[in-house]
Amino acid sequence: MSGARSPAPAVPDDASPWPGPFVRYDLVKELVVALVAMAGLAVILTVLFSSPDDSPTTIQSWAKAAPGDFLTTAVGELDGTSGIATYGPPYNHTPDAAQKIGPISLQEAAGVKIPIDTAQDYVIEPLKEIPADPRLRLSLAAYQAAPAKLQAAWTGAYEEALPKARFLRGVPLLPAGRYGPVAPMMAALLGLAQSGGLDGALIAGSHRFYETNYTKPLLFLASGAYFEERAEGQHLLGTQWGMMNETGSYPGQVWLWLYTVWYQIEPFKSSENADALIFVLMGILSLAFVCIPFIPGLRTLPRHLRVYRGIWRDHYREVEG
Amino acid sequence: MSDGEGRPVSPEERQMWTTWVRERAVGALPPEKLLPDRQPAYVSSWIYVFGVATIAALVVVVASGTILGLKGPEWWHVAGIGRFFNGIHLWAVELFFFAMVVHLWGKFFMGAWRGGRGRTWMTGAIAFLVAIGAAFTGYLSQQNFDSQWIAFEGKDGLNSVGIGSFFNVADFGQMYTFHVILLPLAVVALVVWHVLLVRRHGVVPPYPAKPTPPPQQAAPSEGSAR
Amino acid sequence: MVSAALFDLSHPAHYLHWHFFQMSVANVVVILLMIAVFVAAILIPFPKRRRES
Repeated sequence: MSGARSPAPAVPDDASPWPGPFVRYDLVKELVVALVAMAGLAVILTVLFSSPDDSPTTIQSWAKAAPGDFLTTAVGELDGTSGIATYGPPYNHTPDAAQKIGPISLQEAAGVKIPIDTAQDYVIEPLKEIPADPRLRLSLAAYQAAPAKLQAAWTGAYEEALPKARFLRGVPLLPAGRYGPVAPMMAALLGLAQSGGLDGALIAGSHRFYETNYTKPLLFLASGAYFEERAEGQHLLGTQWGMMNETGSYPGQVWLWLYTVWYQIEPFKSSENADALIFVLMGILSLAFVCIPFIPGLRTLPRHLRVYRGIWRDHYREVEG
Repeated sequence: MSDGEGRPVSPEERQMWTTWVRERAVGALPPEKLLPDRQPAYVSSWIYVFGVATIAALVVVVASGTILGLKGPEWWHVAGIGRFFNGIHLWAVELFFFAMVVHLWGKFFMGAWRGGRGRTWMTGAIAFLVAIGAAFTGYLSQQNFDSQWIAFEGKDGLNSVGIGSFFNVADFGQMYTFHVILLPLAVVALVVWHVLLVRRHGVVPPYPAKPTPPPQQAAPSEGSAR
Repeated sequence: MVSAALFDLSHPAHYLHWHFFQMSVANVVVILLMIAVFVAAILIPFPKRRRES
């Protein structure tokens, strides 16, 4: 290049075709080089680190490892006090359970589209499938025939006694109390779970051979403290910025940083409507991100930040001297 | 206007839908614009390689995903070679987002939407958001502890705005279908549209240079050189 | 099934804490790398090519 200053090309506006100068640029070669580089990097990273595969928790493994927690969750499903039983739509109608954005509840408006009756689906129906157990059949009949107040008294007493329970070869031994038919029902359910039969009963609860929808067993399983403790151990809880994390020491989903950060600060942190509010907030921010070219102030920000002076320094050196 | 063999197009042919589509397409993107062999001289920074790097990573994601799809969702849990391709798929996704974020930072600081290039920015931004959705359904399709947890947590955000029953994160069949066909099609379509817009409008020129001072006058007795 | 990786990343991660901010070392490394690569891409000179008009 000579020392003479080249005049700035007369481009009337940014939309006009560039009048010159040009340089040779091999796009296809660039793509091939990029393909080789990216494939090579992916192979190297795989050879170095592989990928995580923590095996799933089953209801069977849960019932064996933490029978007390399993029974606590199960009795909550039976008496309708569990997280899923009181979730609201789309699983059931529960007053004031649905999240709101101001006065509007989209959750409520969507209605109950995945109906789950926790007592029937998680306790009564699976127990009915157990064959050749007349005592269990009588217990089930007694429970279903009892008035709601008596049922609540039985399940309440059982739940209170559970922390003091001992387990002998999978059989729960509770201190003496008025549990009615709930005690034999729960013992039978624990036995079914520890045999692996409850995993199967919940996934194929509709008596279909093929099934790919794990809603029922997952909601039951994940409601227990055992499952949550496993997630906490892997730093996956919301309070641990878990949305961004992967199991083990693998890098996770760093691009979700802005989705998770709102959960860590007020007013979202302690709000009952945090999910709905953050979903809508991120919707608005995403729309703004897409529409940057049209937002005054934002669309002229790069000009003021002047990082472009570094990117195009060769060009400016030439035209400004 | 002429047809593919250089003959002039007759009035009847001009009314044909095929001719209309061809003339619009070739007019917008003639071959030397679709695959140019030169670029403006200001395209001289390493920041410019991150767009093609993102595309390259996406190709590796789709290719490794295709191999995983050939053997089905159980394969990588039970076979070492399947685990290897799962690793390629996961790391290619990390590389894809890495390159895409560096690309988007570069394009932001260049004000790359100037000169009628607003749609280029928008298609890129929407591709980013759809890719996040594609990754989400991928994590849900793993059939391991991570996917159990992500489904259990993810349901709350979607249920809270009333879409959790339509997009049921615990329905493996639905999430797997979104992941292997619906969302990849959407991402690829957006990326193709994005690249065609770049070819159509060209790479955004630099912000205007500082105005050059007028040349000094040589002597008062001489008139202006112009 | 044990994966044949050279480095086993299946142990629990180390986390960096600062006020309410907490992030895994792996994620912090990725973010710092992104910033470093972005800065390097701008600063490292690009090979000059011959002009054509």
